[in-house]
Amino acid sequence: MSENILSVEDLTVSFDGFRAVDSLNFYVEKDELRCVIGPNGAGKTTLLDMICGKTRPTGGSIRFKRFDLTDMLEYQITRVGVGRKFQNPSVYEDLTVFENLEISYPKRRGLMGSLFFKRDADLLAKIDEVSERIFLHEVLRHKAGQLSHGQKQWLEIGMLLMQDPELLLLDEPVAGMSAKEREQTASLLNAISKGRSIVVIEHDMAFVRMIAHKVTVLHQGRMLAEGTMDQVQADERVKDVYLGH
Amino acid sequence: MAAAIAPVSRGFLQRYAIVILAVVLLAVLPLSLDIFRLGLAAKYLSLAFCAVGIVLIWGYGGILSLGQGVFFGLGSYMMAMFLKLESTGADTSAQALSSFFGSNLPDFMVWNSVEQLPWWWEPFHHVWFTIPAILILPPVVAFVLSYLNFRRRIGDVYFSIITLAFSAILAIVIIGQQGVTGGVNGITDFRTFMGINLDPDNVKIAMYYITCVLLLVCVLIGTFILRSRLGKVLVAIRDREDRVRFSGYDPALFKAFIFAVAALFSSIGGAMFTLQVGLASPSLVGITPSIEMVIYAAVGGRLSLVGAVYGAMLVGAAKTFFSENFVEFWLYLIGGLFIVIVMFLPHGLAGLLDKLPGAKRHRLAALPGPEPDAAGQAAGERPAARLAGEVGGGK
Repeated sequence: MSENILSVEDLTVSFDGFRAVDSLNFYVEKDELRCVIGPNGAGKTTLLDMICGKTRPTGGSIRFKRFDLTDMLEYQITRVGVGRKFQNPSVYEDLTVFENLEISYPKRRGLMGSLFFKRDADLLAKIDEVSERIFLHEVLRHKAGQLSHGQKQWLEIGMLLMQDPELLLLDEPVAGMSAKEREQTASLLNAISKGRSIVVIEHDMAFVRMIAHKVTVLHQGRMLAEGTMDQVQADERVKDVYLGH
Repeated sequence: MAAAIAPVSRGFLQRYAIVILAVVLLAVLPLSLDIFRLGLAAKYLSLAFCAVGIVLIWGYGGILSLGQGVFFGLGSYMMAMFLKLESTGADTSAQALSSFFGSNLPDFMVWNSVEQLPWWWEPFHHVWFTIPAILILPPVVAFVLSYLNFRRRIGDVYFSIITLAFSAILAIVIIGQQGVTGGVNGITDFRTFMGINLDPDNVKIAMYYITCVLLLVCVLIGTFILRSRLGKVLVAIRDREDRVRFSGYDPALFKAFIFAVAALFSSIGGAMFTLQVGLASPSLVGITPSIEMVIYAAVGGRLSLVGAVYGAMLVGAAKTFFSENFVEFWLYLIGGLFIVIVMFLPHGLAGLLDKLPGAKRHRLAALPGPEPDAAGQAAGERPAARLAGEVGGGK
């Protein structure tokens, strides 16, 4: 049993009395690629929002390595090594692909540091490597706003790779992608999961099957089942929830 | 192609915009204007400092400040306090009234029966306090006030309203506290700066040049900031502030910083204004002038630091021209000018450049002789350019 990099315990958040996430326990191990599935409104995105600091939990704790993320600000959580990709690709459309990647480089993010930042060989090598990986090397000089939906998804993954996080939180990374792009993304995620932990929210079961080590099923803010893809798919309660919809 | 024979290309104007501005300010205007007109130009250029700052905070930071008059006013009043105390100390005829009453206070304090110089006037006896204060105080005030707001994630519109309130408050305080601020008349009637008489033409011309140089330095500082990583972060914040937090930056800090830079520019402009116009007035602090400064930036092009300077000069010159020639309704003409520019030139004067013919490709083919950045341009257009090559070429 390897150690947990992320421990979410008894996590609860309610919006006007509605418990979007309800006393949830959720653990992610080092080097694990975990998929979180569940019907709409199961609390998947809210869970990621709380881990990365976007939403404040009403109760419970979130520990990442030795840090208690519960009271940290978004940028502080990012700096200790948690990267977040949003459901709608969030890239800086007015900047080029190169600049999007450059801005994500995890050095000199203070005021003076960024004012006197100089591009060095490390940065360029890293951008070279990442842009190759996310299939965008040809379009480095293009404005991010000109990219296709699928390319924006890749760019956002690339921005996370620049940050070199130990924990990656990806919300529907293949939404709006063609079948071929999905396959490319699956092999990309498999490649980058070496040496870091990844949590992926996804609806596309074929895609989940391609990448998941372990699957967590959420339903109405609670954990319904957890296990390998086969175990989860064989689970009667999971069938009920999905067939019921 | 017609585009290929355009006499000046857009790229040329953009690349050398600051050089062209320097030539206009330092050579064309002084050679073509008489001393009175040059004085007017100096006045508009003092206000251009604010417009340059507004391009930084509004065009690139997405923060619309309707309170730059506050920082202009702080710089202007601090300089005026120093000048007033200096002229009060010197026994000139202007202080006859004070001496008549056996007082060594500034004249307006005497009229208002103020018997002792307020403690916060005292340090402005010294130039070594005044100048650092002009450079430090407004940015610090701007940083602290805006950081508190940005940290609490006050929305952009609400922040605009807060800045508007600040400019109104400062103007009201100045007018209300007549005894220590000079009230609605402002602080005026001073002739010397550190013993130098400000009236002779050659001093005025020197002041004009100092203003121009300072303004160009501000434009250069702004350019440096925008080209740095900080500038990119700023654009990212403007477009997607929420996302920037997840890139590991604290947006509040960056926004407060750029706001402080704009405040510094405004304060310098205010000080230069007072030195040249001989006045610090609440009419340059309140809401109307603050909004006018935004108009300068909008007319010049809110994404163009250089454009802001032209915007300030153009609007200033138009004000003068219209008010001299159409005394009755010149304000309507200014309003009309603003509407026309906003409607037809959403990117201001700088947007005119985009209407010039001459796409990059044509320019490369058309310009005779070596194109200084041809290699960089080519690299930019070559889609598969390797980064290693671009270190030398592009940057």
